[in-house]
Amino acid sequence: MAELTIHGLHKRFGPVEVLRGIDLKVSSGEFAVLVGPSGCGKSTLLRTIAGLEDIDRGTIEIDGREVNDVRPRDRDIAMVFQNYALYPYMNVSDNIAFGLRARRTPEAETQRRVRSAAELLGIGGLLERYPRHLSGGQRQRVAIGRAIVRNPKLFLFDEPLSNLDAQLRDEMRSEIKRLHQDLAATMIYVTHDQIEAMTLADRIVLMNSGQIEQVGAPLDLYDRPATRFVAGFLGSPKINLLQGRLVANGRSLAFEASDGTSLALPAALAAAAHAHVDRSVTLGVRPQHIGEASGIAGRNEVTLRTAIELVQPTGSRTYVTARLADAAVVAETDAHAALKPGATIDLAFDMGHAILIDPESGKVFAHGLAE
Amino acid sequence: MNARRRLALPLRYAAAIAFTLFFIFPVYWLFIISFKTPAEIFSYPPVWYPKSIQFANYWVLFKDGDAFTVWNSLVLASISTLIAMVLGTMCAYSLVRFRTGGENLAVWIISQRLMPPIAIIFPIFLLYVWLGWVDTYHGLIILYTAFSLPYVIWMMRGYIEEVPIELEESALVDGCTRWEVLWKVVFPMVRAGLFATAVFTFVFAWNDFIFALVLTRTEVITYTVQVTHYFGGQSNFWAKIAAMSVLGTVPIFLAVATMQRFLVRGISMGAVKG
Repeated sequence: MAELTIHGLHKRFGPVEVLRGIDLKVSSGEFAVLVGPSGCGKSTLLRTIAGLEDIDRGTIEIDGREVNDVRPRDRDIAMVFQNYALYPYMNVSDNIAFGLRARRTPEAETQRRVRSAAELLGIGGLLERYPRHLSGGQRQRVAIGRAIVRNPKLFLFDEPLSNLDAQLRDEMRSEIKRLHQDLAATMIYVTHDQIEAMTLADRIVLMNSGQIEQVGAPLDLYDRPATRFVAGFLGSPKINLLQGRLVANGRSLAFEASDGTSLALPAALAAAAHAHVDRSVTLGVRPQHIGEASGIAGRNEVTLRTAIELVQPTGSRTYVTARLADAAVVAETDAHAALKPGATIDLAFDMGHAILIDPESGKVFAHGLAE
Repeated sequence: MNARRRLALPLRYAAAIAFTLFFIFPVYWLFIISFKTPAEIFSYPPVWYPKSIQFANYWVLFKDGDAFTVWNSLVLASISTLIAMVLGTMCAYSLVRFRTGGENLAVWIISQRLMPPIAIIFPIFLLYVWLGWVDTYHGLIILYTAFSLPYVIWMMRGYIEEVPIELEESALVDGCTRWEVLWKVVFPMVRAGLFATAVFTFVFAWNDFIFALVLTRTEVITYTVQVTHYFGGQSNFWAKIAAMSVLGTVPIFLAVATMQRFLVRGISMGAVKG
């Protein structure tokens, strides 16, 4: 268990600055997930923590000790790689024991720890096998086993599930979450998959082009994104973003789309938006906050009649794409609603969950959900 | 169609056997001469197979000390191969992982191999006279090592490039130093390539003639140079030539036979990616 502190970290590869001033603190026992689109620098950040990349500026501290110039082997970390990185010429037992033997752990102790790690991961029966005889999921279990036997201060995961098929990925994801609960260790996990980030993280560190965009608990980031980028990255299907203007209607405010469609803003949203009246804004509403109107208008609800363009059932929910002004809007409806493309639908917008974004800066300046 | 097929197979076998005989015969002839008596060697029509195997030709080589030249070859080839493999693998690792010398150093190194030995042998001879290295083990070992290094570096560079870097990084994080990574991860991963390269390096030094001819006198004569001593102005000592050649061939046979498993894998390993 350890605490990680990063200050003003910069890293460049030739002319490209891949990390541009990272400040991050991960507390002891926390599960932090670094997430972002490919090329955002999340893997590089993880590799600088491991010591596999040098840094140009800033400091990295593990448990208060600056490790900038400490070799990877002396940082007391364990790392799990995307392609497992198992030694093909060693059997499972030797693979798991590799780190312990490299640190000259007594053989009896090594054996004991290898066996208990293997039991914990359900690969006790595979110890004599070679990696080429294992399935992808088994290989990743061995790779995780190799990390946990060392009992390191810090666990680093670099997209460990990306090479697995969807079903195995779900299974291993819960396994990793369970492992974190059992070991109560500090873990830093890199992924480009927002579902993995949401389900695993105590705290999500969302990165974009070499900088941290926002840090927070998964639901915090989801409900109260700080920027247009965060709002768009988390959530599937993506948040609906509508371009328009903010207009004043006496004392209340409304969002007006290009075709004149008006959506009244509830008080909480309007309170933070007064400075933007008569200016162009972007309205963000998640698909699950737009549904088929039930006839009884709820609080903060605005209803609009529009035409259905596309219907996508997923089994649990059905996603309906409809047209609003010049934008396509995705709404989440009941799985068994009888909806056909071309038909009209009354969509209810829950403006209590909407956000308003300044199109110039990309910053969210008003949240429907109060802090 | 079927009839043609039935004919084709025996024809193919016949062709294969004919080719094999054609290429095997000189080797057979070399071996068989080494076991013949002088009378059998020069008889006409030729003796295709001797009545009895006799070892007198070999016995002479050992009695006169000529066979010691095979030992010289063995010492020179083994030690220079060992040094070239150790240094060359380290250089190759540095080229691959630390990008030493940028993009061009590796090509520059292999280009050393393009120089014909005859073009540099006389300057080297003069240098060695000045250093007092003519007719010494270390003189030839250093020269063979220098000549093998570019080849070893080039080959090992290709093999090392195929080692997934995550294996090394994982070992670094797990507690290994760079040297331990080289020893515990890189060497096992490139084992087949290592053996294949070593065999070819060994064969180069073993078969060398020109360097040994110019740079040896009496002490470290190699078997290739020794064989030429048997070609005389008056007559050629075919029995000795054959016996010495067999002594020079057998170690290579053994080396290739024992390493065959690695050789095939090692050679094809490099084939996939250059």
